[in-house]
Amino acid sequence: MAETTQLTPELTDEKARIGSPSSPEKIAIDGFTEEGENLSPTNTGAEQHGLKKHSHGDDPVVPEASRGERLKSYKLADFPPLTGREEDWRFTPIKRLRGLHTDALTGSGPEVTVSGASNILVETVERTDPRFGSAAIPEDRVAAAAWEAVTQATVVTIPDETEADCDVTISINGTDEAPAAQHLIISAGKFSKAVVVLDHHGKTTLAQNIEIVVGDGAQLTVVSVQEWDDDAVHASSQQAKIGRDARFKHVVVTLGGDLVRLTPSSFFTAPGSEVEMYGLYFADAGQHLEQRLLVDHAVPNCKSRVTYKGALQGQDAHTVWVGDVLIRKEAEGTDTYETNRNLLLTDGTRSDSVPNLEIETGLIEGAGHASATGRFDDEHLFYLMARGIDEKTARRLVVRGFLNEVIQQIKVPVLEERLTEAVERELAAGNY
Amino acid sequence: MSTLEIKDLHVSIETEQGAKPILKGVSLTINTGESHAIMGPNGSGKSTLASTIAGHPRYTVDSGSITLDGEDVLEMSVDERARAGLFLAMQYPVEVPGVTMTNFLRTAKTALDGQAPSLRHWTKDVKEAMSQLRIDADFAQRNVNEGFSGGEKKRVEILQLELFKPKFAILDETDSGLDVDALKVVSEGVNREHSKGNMGTLLITHYTRILRYIKPDFVHVFVDGRIAEEGGPELADRLEEEGYDRFLVAGTATAGA
Repeated sequence: MAETTQLTPELTDEKARIGSPSSPEKIAIDGFTEEGENLSPTNTGAEQHGLKKHSHGDDPVVPEASRGERLKSYKLADFPPLTGREEDWRFTPIKRLRGLHTDALTGSGPEVTVSGASNILVETVERTDPRFGSAAIPEDRVAAAAWEAVTQATVVTIPDETEADCDVTISINGTDEAPAAQHLIISAGKFSKAVVVLDHHGKTTLAQNIEIVVGDGAQLTVVSVQEWDDDAVHASSQQAKIGRDARFKHVVVTLGGDLVRLTPSSFFTAPGSEVEMYGLYFADAGQHLEQRLLVDHAVPNCKSRVTYKGALQGQDAHTVWVGDVLIRKEAEGTDTYETNRNLLLTDGTRSDSVPNLEIETGLIEGAGHASATGRFDDEHLFYLMARGIDEKTARRLVVRGFLNEVIQQIKVPVLEERLTEAVERELAAGNY
Repeated sequence: MSTLEIKDLHVSIETEQGAKPILKGVSLTINTGESHAIMGPNGSGKSTLASTIAGHPRYTVDSGSITLDGEDVLEMSVDERARAGLFLAMQYPVEVPGVTMTNFLRTAKTALDGQAPSLRHWTKDVKEAMSQLRIDADFAQRNVNEGFSGGEKKRVEILQLELFKPKFAILDETDSGLDVDALKVVSEGVNREHSKGNMGTLLITHYTRILRYIKPDFVHVFVDGRIAEEGGPELADRLEEEGYDRFLVAGTATAGA
């Protein structure tokens, strides 16, 4: 059984409670408690709420006072070894990270091939290159481990005032499972315009840092597609630093992989910019697909919109969405809204959805969030079937419609078509 | 000509206290070209009859039969019933996010006819039907019933009725929640389709108001899961004057006996 609100997805404008099953006997996932803690198998035994003790000696999760205060460092040693009890790892089954958090990341990693536009610059640079660190600072242990381990990076540059003459595809093709690190830098120059697609496939155990620089007045779309093989493990930090009056669109589509954990962040550094972040994920039996976002409004008059949608089917399909939006004291005139919706297609699935909004100034245009997780609505089914549509077609119609909203945002027709087909395959595989 | 025949139908729903009987022996025959009104107070089982004919899983048929030209309707799945020619205009049409009206109407029409409608004619038919029902053209691009007002939802139900051309249309309180203008528009739609002579109509309503616009050939009064009285259009007039009180007294007496 999944923890879910029945039928009608409701919008809430409150801080979502995690999980919140209505009665203990509905708890079906190991380690799940009222607060959604103790999720990863490594955490079992950390009792909560006075059931055993309420000590601060081996306390489970210490929430940060502010999302803005999270540790950032290029040094792996600054991050203590993971226990799974950290606020930002508590949903992740860290035993399934296959050593990304403990081992030396010495694998060769997936092969990177850049194709598409002819008027952009593609380089492979050594780690002494000054562009390392131009947009990102690791915020977790795995990202820091990858930062220390890489020797090279692929840098894709769209020169100032250049519009890429076609879409850029960065193909990331994994061929082995040795834990590996990878570093990519996408830099959109001033007043440039481009669409960059990161296309992940094959097998891998990968810790990845992607730095995205969006120059003043630039219009950049980055689409990260995860169509890994079933057993792939992928942790990816994708941090964007956004200049003045820029437009940045970030889309993630995650379909394949055993454990995929993405941490996309957008940092506004100058006023007048807009960010849209979209996500689509489809988890099958046993898959863990996690996305933790941050939008950091640190300057005035910027706008952000976040829309993530997920579908889940099969035993122990698990998705996590945590959306942090931080409106700092300086960020007057901010306009932000984030939404997460999940559709549970079968029993045995679990979806965690946690929108967080931190507001340090009242002088804003608007700030809100919504989260809804629901089962497939039988009344939808009845309505469509009462019009002659068979059950299978009706179900697909609803799921496809639900997910299409995100696919339509990609605006790369070939890719949209491919992903639509991929979603159809997921539906077919789940007997939908 | 087609015949929809309901014989001694007993229907119950599951409640926390166990099965609760709602329909307690309903018999009714509707032929093509006929217009029947079922009237009755709240809780008399009118809507249960409509949902049972359409095959809503909430209702359990304990005994009795429903046949369409001799075919056993109760053996059919919900979609098979629709394809056999039964159409239920719902009391509370649901919103289906992410599915546009255009996509929905075409998918349904294709399923009902067994083949995709000719694109040219279909587009024209949809446009025409929408304009007759005074539905804005931009509704075609909106998601099914999403953000529609109560009146708009009912118009869209009748739009489907006109486009799908069923053998039998069951209108479940289509009139409730409509203002006078919307009631007229919706009634005209039903009359347009009915007047073509290929459809039988079963109109379920709490109020007599809609019967000023849609003239029933037969009126059946539902009380406590049974048909308490039957007659011609004059029965509706009498109900308008007297209300359901005399039936309710009788119903209580029966229940007490």
